[in-house]
Amino acid sequence: MEKLEVQRLNHSFGFSEILRDINFSLKKGEVLSIVGPSGGGKTTLLHLCADLLDVEEGSVTNTFSSTSFAFQDARLLPWKNVIDNIAIGLLAGGAKKADAIKESKEIALRFGLEDKDFDKFPKDLSGGMRQRVSFARALVVKPSLLFLDEPFSALDIGLKKELQAILIDMISNKEISILFITHDLMEAIRLSDEILLLKADPGHIVKKFSYDMPQNQRDDKYVYGESAKILQDNEIIDTFELELK
Amino acid sequence: MNFALKILKDFPSYLWGGWGAIASIFLFIALWDTGNQIYGDLVLPSPLETFQTLALMLQDESVVAEINTTLYRASVGFGISLLIGSVLGLLAGFFVTASMMSRPIVTILVGMPPIAWIVLAMIWFGMGDETVIFTVIVASFPIIFVGALQGTRTLDGDLKEMAESFKLPWHMKFFDVYFPHIFSYVFPAWVSGLGMSWKIVIMAELLATSDGIGASLAVARSQLDTPTALAIVVIMIASLMFIEYIVLEPIKREVELWRS
Repeated sequence: MEKLEVQRLNHSFGFSEILRDINFSLKKGEVLSIVGPSGGGKTTLLHLCADLLDVEEGSVTNTFSSTSFAFQDARLLPWKNVIDNIAIGLLAGGAKKADAIKESKEIALRFGLEDKDFDKFPKDLSGGMRQRVSFARALVVKPSLLFLDEPFSALDIGLKKELQAILIDMISNKEISILFITHDLMEAIRLSDEILLLKADPGHIVKKFSYDMPQNQRDDKYVYGESAKILQDNEIIDTFELELK
Repeated sequence: MNFALKILKDFPSYLWGGWGAIASIFLFIALWDTGNQIYGDLVLPSPLETFQTLALMLQDESVVAEINTTLYRASVGFGISLLIGSVLGLLAGFFVTASMMSRPIVTILVGMPPIAWIVLAMIWFGMGDETVIFTVIVASFPIIFVGALQGTRTLDGDLKEMAESFKLPWHMKFFDVYFPHIFSYVFPAWVSGLGMSWKIVIMAELLATSDGIGASLAVARSQLDTPTALAIVVIMIASLMFIEYIVLEPIKREVELWRS
């Protein structure tokens, strides 16, 4: 069984402690969200899990066969056109150039890009289009575990829904597991099986919420209802320092 | 290979876009001719006379030999500083300490007037190829060094992280992530280094050697042979313009297509 297991994880940058005693595990087919205020160590935690930072204390065990990462900003290579940007993960995995291009074109069309966009450089794309390309790049390698670092935060509602729908589709087919960090509770509720609440200074997990209804059956009413419920939670109010009157 | 083909394919339309430049050159020649009509042939020979002298000179084998000598010195000097400057600049860029230490040295090298280098080189190497080549190297090296240094210093950390997350093998990291960025800094530095080399080679020859175009210029000066002097200037400028606008600029455009 593929899984990601984090045990007794601590992390510091210099003398400032960023994360303290983080424990969780993510099994195949699951979606785990980590929510918390900005600057709370979410990104550090994700980078540790994705092996972009070296683990200092504790352990991160990742047995997923393949992973990929979608960042908050698109991070496209400015000197490569849309298709070459998407293909980069496939090429890194050793795919043949022609196959990689063909697959990249297929997924680009699925992500709402058009033929005429394929040769464009990132500078000629809108912010939303860039994020589509970034998503396509992350998903074209058919990762068994996907790391998402607030990839929806700069998108308009329509595009957000569209990209989320693609993910929900994949989740329902059990094609993918996701570790998702966000500060948007509604987003987390829409996509997750489990939400971990990360409180800052130093980052530690204070509460866990579970959602059993399958993602493809969650409608807006459900998401709004659950969001309203979670916003009443004292730990949430405390963590986000919300002042509810 | 594709890349070279694309440059060739776009070349005619690039040339066609040059009419404005040609018009302004003709305007300049017209001004020059006006100067000739005001000050006379001795001070400023007419463009026509200059180009006639130039045509005669180019038929003369000894002049062609002088041009070749100068070309040889400029290309050896520029080639060496291109190689050393790029390699050292890239290396220095990868280490914070090295880039901090190299800055004042670069300032010294840039601040030192080339004419002072020529004097020193004449004392060290005597009158000959070495003096000229040395001066060309010291004058163009800092430009190329700084370009390469900035290219590596400004690599984007976010893109590096992206490359890590997709586990790009080292050759892809280099050719797809680092190289295009560094090249966009190094290439313009090469172009300015080349321009610098071409100017310095003439100056060094004028002072330190008895052959090459620079030396011919010195001879023309001592004989008050203004048409020949101007013809030599035309050779220098025309060759620089040829390299810059016909060879380098089309490459630069293609390389930097992705820039906003």
